[in-house]
Amino acid sequence: MTTRFPAVRLLGAAAAVAAAAGILYGCASAPSASEEAALTARTIAIMKASFRPKGQAGLDRLDQDETQRLCSQYAGGKLPESIVKKIEQENLAAVKYPADGKLVGDWKEGEKIAELGRGKQFSDDPAKPNGANCYACHQLSPKEEAYGTIGPSLYRFGRKHGYTEETRRYAWAKVYDAEAFSACTNMPRFGQHDILTEQQIRDVVALLVDPASPVNQ
Amino acid sequence: MPSIHSLRLIVGVAAIAAATLAGSAFAQTTLENASAKYRQDLADGNPADLWVARGQEMWKEPRGPRKVSFESCDLGLGPGVVKGAYAQLPRWFADAGRVMDLETRLVWCMVNQQGYTHADATKQTFGNGSRHRSDLEALTAYVAKQSDGVKMNVSLADPHVREMYDVGKKAFFYRAGTHDFACATCHAADDLRIRLQYLPNLTEPAGAQKAYTTWPAYRVAQGETRTFQWRLHDCFRQQRFPDLIYGSDLSIALTTYLAASANGAVYAGPGIKL
Ligand code: HEC
Ligand code: HEC
Repeated sequence: MTTRFPAVRLLGAAAAVAAAAGILYGCASAPSASEEAALTARTIAIMKASFRPKGQAGLDRLDQDETQRLCSQYAGGKLPESIVKKIEQENLAAVKYPADGKLVGDWKEGEKIAELGRGKQFSDDPAKPNGANCYACHQLSPKEEAYGTIGPSLYRFGRKHGYTEETRRYAWAKVYDAEAFSACTNMPRFGQHDILTEQQIRDVVALLVDPASPVNQ
Repeated sequence: MPSIHSLRLIVGVAAIAAATLAGSAFAQTTLENASAKYRQDLADGNPADLWVARGQEMWKEPRGPRKVSFESCDLGLGPGVVKGAYAQLPRWFADAGRVMDLETRLVWCMVNQQGYTHADATKQTFGNGSRHRSDLEALTAYVAKQSDGVKMNVSLADPHVREMYDVGKKAFFYRAGTHDFACATCHAADDLRIRLQYLPNLTEPAGAQKAYTTWPAYRVAQGETRTFQWRLHDCFRQQRFPDLIYGSDLSIALTTYLAASANGAVYAGPGIKL
């Protein structure tokens, strides 16, 4: 179930830039590990001095967890297999399933959450519920034409994966923490980072796996 | 991402229906055709020209407590020289001891030559309707216009500029925040969209060139002419990062990375964007 190709694409693009920069500006050799570390430290120092807190977005938004740190570190090259394993294992271990075992909610509510772009921006009202904006990146219900293409189409997700307990658990975990299945994916970790509540994740899971959901027609 | 609504209006129902039937590759083309047509329609009268004209007047008039005009402001090619100035920025300024983009340099001249306080100079960095127009947006549009037709040539020979380029590139791939986003999440692959908004691949010369050489730009949805500082500020908002400080070193580093990536392309702004 692992889809790693967007990450690969991203790394490929980064490598191409590095190569192009080398040709244009005549870097004879790749920077050493200590030069890289110094550049990273300098970049972080500059970043920290370049923002002010606004609304709900404090300066702590710039602090990286281990997954973010590793994904940034390897963004210019190839992600080693050992790092892939480490990131996926740590994130899988962080997935919390609901205490009552109920994984599937109401797909109609899920559809609204998938449509809503609000949430976590400094311009958003933190008192209002967050959306997930799944449509920013995915095709889901065919009725919504304004979908993005950063992620794969999820049309007929439930049909394709089968209406089983295993699919429901996978859908839950994927929405909760996408890094558990594809290290350095471009998909946010909606549960892990408190973007969605437990009930909202249930509703989004329903949109994916309920046989009555428009996604599965 | 609110501009989706205006986008929809412009593209029209027929185009969307066709795009849906034929899948995403076609949707992309349709969307681009529609916006290309829109730009063509407005080509004779880019509303950004109003900002350019306002900026031109401001450039010549004595301003600030010291009543000094921008004609003593050196953008890198000598005091008052605007022709081609935007196409060679950012650069190192020894008098300020900093690498600066155009907008930061304008603020520096306002403070150090015209006598404004920094707070006054940066009170209205981005306009907010006709009662709160931004002088900086107008001045930037005017100066940028004087590079229309000039090849981008940002030099990385100076080590300070080179460092800013390297920092900007590093920052481009820096993932953090609630959504794990970096600039690269949205701008490091070809032919992607968020909803129906086309995302340029800024890590490739072609993508960076096309994007950089058309800013500042009149934003149809906002009725304002926006600058590159605004563009970065608003992408960081979508990235769920805090408030990017106008003229901060990070803003200059990212501008240096993208402007130098656009080297060789002919500057063609101010543009028009949905
Ligand atoms: C910013 C982009 C982005 C957003 C927003 C996003 N995703 Fe994703 N998603 C991706 C990418 C990229 C992949 C492919 C790589 C991977 O598997 O992580 C993906 C993969 C998936 C998969 C795995 C597909 C499969 O067949 O195994 C599921 C399920 C999924 N997304 C559901 C969702 C849901 C539900 C939401 C909203 C709650 C959402 N995504 C929001 C980018 C996104
Ligand atoms: C969550 C998605 C997202 C992230 C993250 C993001 N952007 Fe953007 N960016 C967009 C969208 C959407 C547009 C175009 C839509 C618009 O015009 O508002 C855009 C437009 C741009 C443009 C103008 C392109 C053109 O042709 O006019 C530039 C330059 C840019 N972004 C740079 C950046 C940089 C640098 C970063 C990181 C600091 C960044 N973006 C982060 C979504 C994003």
